[in-house]
Parts: sequence; structure tokens; C-alpha cells
Amino acid sequence: MKYLFIILATTFFFYGNGMSTVKISEDTTIESVKRPLKVYNYNELEAYLKTKDDNKTYVINFWATWCAPCVKELPYFEALNANYSNKNVEVILVSLDFPKQIESKLVPFLAKKGLQSEVVVLDDVDSNTWIPKVNKDWSGAIPATVIYNKDKSKFYERSFDYKALETEVKQFLK
Amino acid sequence: MKNTLKAFLALVVVISTFAFTTVSPGYDVGDIATDFKLENIDGKMVSMADYKDAKGFIVIFTCNTCPYAVAYEDRVEALNKKFADKGYPVIAIMPNNTDVKPGDNMESMQARAKAKGFTFPYLMDKGQKIYPQYGATKTPHVYVLENTKKGPQVKYIGAIDDNYQDANAVNKTYVEDAVNALLDGKEVPETKTRAIGCSIKV
Repeated sequence: MKYLFIILATTFFFYGNGMSTVKISEDTTIESVKRPLKVYNYNELEAYLKTKDDNKTYVINFWATWCAPCVKELPYFEALNANYSNKNVEVILVSLDFPKQIESKLVPFLAKKGLQSEVVVLDDVDSNTWIPKVNKDWSGAIPATVIYNKDKSKFYERSFDYKALETEVKQFLK
Repeated sequence: MKNTLKAFLALVVVISTFAFTTVSPGYDVGDIATDFKLENIDGKMVSMADYKDAKGFIVIFTCNTCPYAVAYEDRVEALNKKFADKGYPVIAIMPNNTDVKPGDNMESMQARAKAKGFTFPYLMDKGQKIYPQYGATKTPHVYVLENTKKGPQVKYIGAIDDNYQDANAVNKTYVEDAVNALLDGKEVPETKTRAIGCSIKV
């Protein structure tokens, strides 16, 4: 396992000033890290989300590997993503891990947990600018979640269990 | 994140209803902050009233276990060194439930303060009675208070500065700017800011 992380660490390149991707070398077979890991600033994240399918309901969860209540609720978001994918629901996990810990913590964490939901990294220090853009009432504490579709949007500065999360998402599905 | 105006307005109604009925919103700028009597890492009880000569306080809800709080430890110490003598000492308060976060218990607080050479009091919000009154939601979460005849008045709420990752790349020193303005008898330039932090553990 250690060897795997070393390969990961040495074959990945991260973020410069703008958007970039983490490339997984061809000869490593890591089924759990399926796609390149995107690292965005807030404007790029917003632009990326705008490219998404208009007919879906999105569940955007802000989390980090160092945030214990976030890690605790990840399985519920994973379960939601699996159980509701056929109902046009998609979970996107926005990691706020520190850039210097992407290699050392986030990538190994993703590999170990085998997360199936899409994970992107938000690296933008100017949180005073972008936090109110996510929601005007967000104090900045994580975990935090936004659920939205083309008709409505709702923000939650709280932890979820599966039932509570499902209840909320159901309100977005007709 | 796409918001129709209608949904947005509905959300505002929902949030206002909650804010005024069920959730204590804590202090806003201009409110008078409550004093406290909390145990310091040296075993003594500390209150704002103990500081007879203070012009105000930099109250920081912080802890050992949050990476954001850790990233700011040296900057918190620097704030105290810079402003304690000018009448604005730092008072740090650890708001987490230590059953949930044993790494924030009194022994750990003492060890951390010793290792980092904290010169400010590092208090335990035992029973978690103080942070909800202030409305702190995360660590670190700063309240700059100015002593007035009515009591310590909230002058600034929010982040320490605008770059948690790199102290050398900071553009805006929110707390410093606020305290300097108060020392100069001026209005605080930016009274509220937001930053990512770890939710307070209950």
C-alpha cells in the first residue's frame, strides 16, 4: 500500500495558479480513483458546475479529510449517489483539503475509501469572497451542503445522516 | 449554483423564520458581548473584567485539532504580542466538546500552549455556554470587542486574515486592521468577514 502511495505521489502533478488535473499514470491500476482529480478556484468551480446537465438535481457537499463530521457523513452521500443516480441525482464532493495535503492525505484517502461520487478540490484562499457566493448565510463551517436543480436551491450548514439527506433530496424530485 | 429568484426568496423566508424562532443567531456588530469566567490552562479563572486597563479584546474561538486553527496559531500569538500592550489582549477560548474531541481537552490545551509558547490565556468553554452566546460556529472565529460604558461592544466578527494557507501571502489583515482602527478612534474598515473553519463540536 505504501508503495502505491509513493507511485501516486510521484506521478501526480497538481494545481498551478489555475485549473489543472492530477494525472494517473497508465501503469497503476487504481480502480477507485477513476478520473483525474480536478483542482479549481471558486470561479472555475462555478464554471464547471454550469457545464453540468440542467435536468439533474445536484448535491454539492463541502468537506475535507481532516473534518471528522464530514468524513462521518461521506457514506451517506455515497449511498445517496448510488441509490438515486437513476432518479437524476448526482453527488459532487468538493474537498477543501489544503493543497499541500492533496498528495499526502486526500489522494490516499480517496483510494482507500473507494469513493464513487465525483470529487473535486476547491483551492481558493479568498474565502471571504466566495463563501457568500455559495450562500449568504454560510458562516464558513464545514460540513456544508447545497442541493439544487433548475427550479430551486437550498443550503445546509449541518451534518446529515442518510435519512435526513434523503428527505431533503426527495423535496427536489417530483 | 443556479438560483431562481423565487426559490431564493423562499429560502430567505425559511431562513429568517428559523433564525428568529429556533436558532440563537449570536452577536452582530454593535452588540454588547457577555463577560465570562472560564478556566485557563494554568488552572486560574479568567474574565474580561480582570483586565482593568484593557481598551478591548481580541476574543478568538480556537482549538488544537482544527487544521485551520493550527494554521493560525503563530498569527494569533503575533496578534497578542502586537496588541496586548496597546490595550487589546488576545483571549482564546476552546469551544469544542472534549468528549467528541479528546485532542482538545485541558491537558492537550496545556501541552499545545507550552509547545507553541502562547502568551495569551487559552480558556476552556466548559459546558459550552459561552460560544453559543457569541454565535461562534467554527474554529477559528474572531470577535474584536471594544470596551464601552455599556460593556464590551462587538466591533468585528470573522477571520484573522485572508490567507489561511500562507501567512506571507496575506493581502488583508482583517483583525489587525480592525484593532488599529479602534486604537486610532476610527471606524473598523471591514466589520464582518468569512472563512472556512471546523464546525464547533457539540
